[in-house]
Amino acid sequence: MLVAILFWTFSAVLVGAALGVILSRNPVHSVLYLVLCFFNAAVLWLLIQAEFLAIVLVLVYVGAVMVLFLFVVMMLDVNIEELREGFARNAPLGALIAFIMVVELAYVLWVRRLGIELPGVVAGTAEGASNTAEIGAVLYTQYAYPFQLAAVVLLIAIVAAITLTMRRRPGLKVQDIAGQVAVKASDRVRLVSMPPEREP
Amino acid sequence: MIGLAHYLLLAGILFAIAVAGIFINRKNVILLLMCIELMLLAVNFNFVAFSRFLGILDGQVFVFFILTVAAAEAAIGLAILVVLFRQRRSINVEELDTMKG
Repeated sequence: MLVAILFWTFSAVLVGAALGVILSRNPVHSVLYLVLCFFNAAVLWLLIQAEFLAIVLVLVYVGAVMVLFLFVVMMLDVNIEELREGFARNAPLGALIAFIMVVELAYVLWVRRLGIELPGVVAGTAEGASNTAEIGAVLYTQYAYPFQLAAVVLLIAIVAAITLTMRRRPGLKVQDIAGQVAVKASDRVRLVSMPPEREP
Repeated sequence: MIGLAHYLLLAGILFAIAVAGIFINRKNVILLLMCIELMLLAVNFNFVAFSRFLGILDGQVFVFFILTVAAAEAAIGLAILVVLFRQRRSINVEELDTMKG
């Protein structure tokens, strides 16, 4: 009963926040609504005992990705009004398509389920076992190579983001440390042999 | 009682909202990226719900990988967005037609 109340409350807030993301006038508000979305999703994942992913969602998504979004949105000085024209024109089509998708899914899930009984209770974890330990046991054995590939993907993302945003401004005075270290005395001082001055 | 069907329907609603968001915010690249994040969240919802209700762990491992790829995608997408804004002073999708023949 308590689980049901929590589920309906948090899913209502989740759907409301998702509507806030796509409908709010200011992009900063959209990002903040998206943060609210992720928090509610984390709570709903906690309700079905997926603790590790719930915490990862809050830490990685809210803590890193959403803050990155917030930085970029606040850094770019965009003209909101110009970007929002055509909003009312496209809204009915978008709402219609969303409505059709939800109706189809509800039809499949509730009316025509082809005799497949969807489970109603969460599969329990073993006594004394934790979700994090279970995921770790699978992740580092069976999924060891995909795990390393994920690390490579992140590395490539770092390199790509840095190379994309790095720029060389012309006329900027920078210190060439390698050149400074590699310099020799002969590059700096030129000894000129001159005839000695004559007595007047 | 809250079953698998409730979670699947919630994920479906979330995905539909994100699709509608892509339709109605067609000009704003930042909003498009955020709608993609919302879609990925809906997909992750499906994975976690199936994994927990069927008692198979692989779904949660997949969510872990999806989160990794989504983080990489967001970082590169926002980097492209910053470069784009620096060059064009605008992030309007309709003005991005330099490659049109």
